[in-house]
Amino acid sequence: MRQKVIIGMLALAAIIFVRNLYAISVLPDEVNQGQIFRIIFFHVPAAAAAMTGSAVALIASVLFLAKKDFFYDSLAVAVTEVGLAFLAVNLVTGSIWARVIWGVWWAWDPRLTSALICWILYAGYLILRQALEEPTQRATFAAVYSIFAFTDVPIVYFSIRWWRTIHPQPVFFSKNGSFPPDWGRALGVNMLAMFLFYAALTMIRLRQEQTQREIDYLRRTAHAI
Amino acid sequence: MRFLQQVTVITTKDLRAEMRTKEAINASFAFAIVILLILSFAFDPTEETTREISGGLLWIVFTFAGTLVLNRSFARELPNDCLDGLLAAPVPGSALFLGKALANYVLILAVELVALPVFGIFYNVRWTRQFWPLMLVVGLGTWGLTAIGTVFSALTVNIRLREVMLPMLVYPLMIPMLLGAMRLTALLVAGQPIAGDDTVWLRLLFGFDIIFTALALVLMETVLRG
Repeated sequence: MRQKVIIGMLALAAIIFVRNLYAISVLPDEVNQGQIFRIIFFHVPAAAAAMTGSAVALIASVLFLAKKDFFYDSLAVAVTEVGLAFLAVNLVTGSIWARVIWGVWWAWDPRLTSALICWILYAGYLILRQALEEPTQRATFAAVYSIFAFTDVPIVYFSIRWWRTIHPQPVFFSKNGSFPPDWGRALGVNMLAMFLFYAALTMIRLRQEQTQREIDYLRRTAHAI
Repeated sequence: MRFLQQVTVITTKDLRAEMRTKEAINASFAFAIVILLILSFAFDPTEETTREISGGLLWIVFTFAGTLVLNRSFARELPNDCLDGLLAAPVPGSALFLGKALANYVLILAVELVALPVFGIFYNVRWTRQFWPLMLVVGLGTWGLTAIGTVFSALTVNIRLREVMLPMLVYPLMIPMLLGAMRLTALLVAGQPIAGDDTVWLRLLFGFDIIFTALALVLMETVLRG
């Protein structure tokens, strides 16, 4: 059943995505930026998905600490790992855009810096997990670390409001947004595809993690006998 | 009242142990001097350039030297199973955190207050022109460093590669604080007051300290006793 749900979600995401690629390709070029502006349709949804993922990781971590149910630990790992990939997509697409528009691959700007720190923090989460052997201790410490790491996420989000940065101000869902409605629709649809894809990948990773736990359990039991 | 008493007991215990062996503070201080020396080769320490990068330079020294103290904070409890004794004591995790953090704070501040004049002499900088604001920034920044560092010192104490894991986990977490502290320190060493746009960094430091102290107080119990 779960298998079918995952395949269904992936297929749906693929269909929406391909359909939307066409919609994006027929949009007219932006006046100042030309072709490259289309990268925003991937850059922003990837960031939104990764940020949502970090919030899910936070909630899963808190729930693990409260209930000591290993399902939440598995969920936290799964969502963090996939989120790291999405944040990487966000950073890479941003970097490509910056090369074209700003002329440099990277600028040490608050938004860019904080997003990169965020990536490093969650990579640290995975490294910490690797360094711990005992499952309960690993889950507990990882959950604590995840809670600490999440404090950086609001800084990423608000950095463009708190400091003067060269990162563009938000053009969607804000008062001074200047995007025509069909562009907003294209972005929204891509966002939907991206979230579906994220959820499907997380579910696959979650199943792996649960299987791993079961194998570990069986191995320990076998060892005890 | 009882809570404060517990905190004081742990702080004095840690400071007394440190004063008898002086292992962390000596290592930390020597390390600070060595880094200051090496960094002076990285660029020509004329007064102009030094002022510009003084913030970054000092805070690199502070964090590196501070990590040594923090690493020892819980590692010191490992021989003779002192950690188990400490956990068995009827002291809540938050009191343990606050006690240890205060002891670490005193030690790291001591190293910093010695490193500052050494920096002034080696790099030929008059750093005292904005003395009290500088002390405020150093105090706030160091507390942020100590609060996070103490929790993670407890968290990494039983991990393989403890000495590497602590900085690897803690440095990225401290970056917002370090950014603010570095910028303000550079400003104050150059003799300018904190004004205008730069007050946002001071607020960031306050906010950072409050958030992480609160998190540490809540989560220390979980880290120590599971």
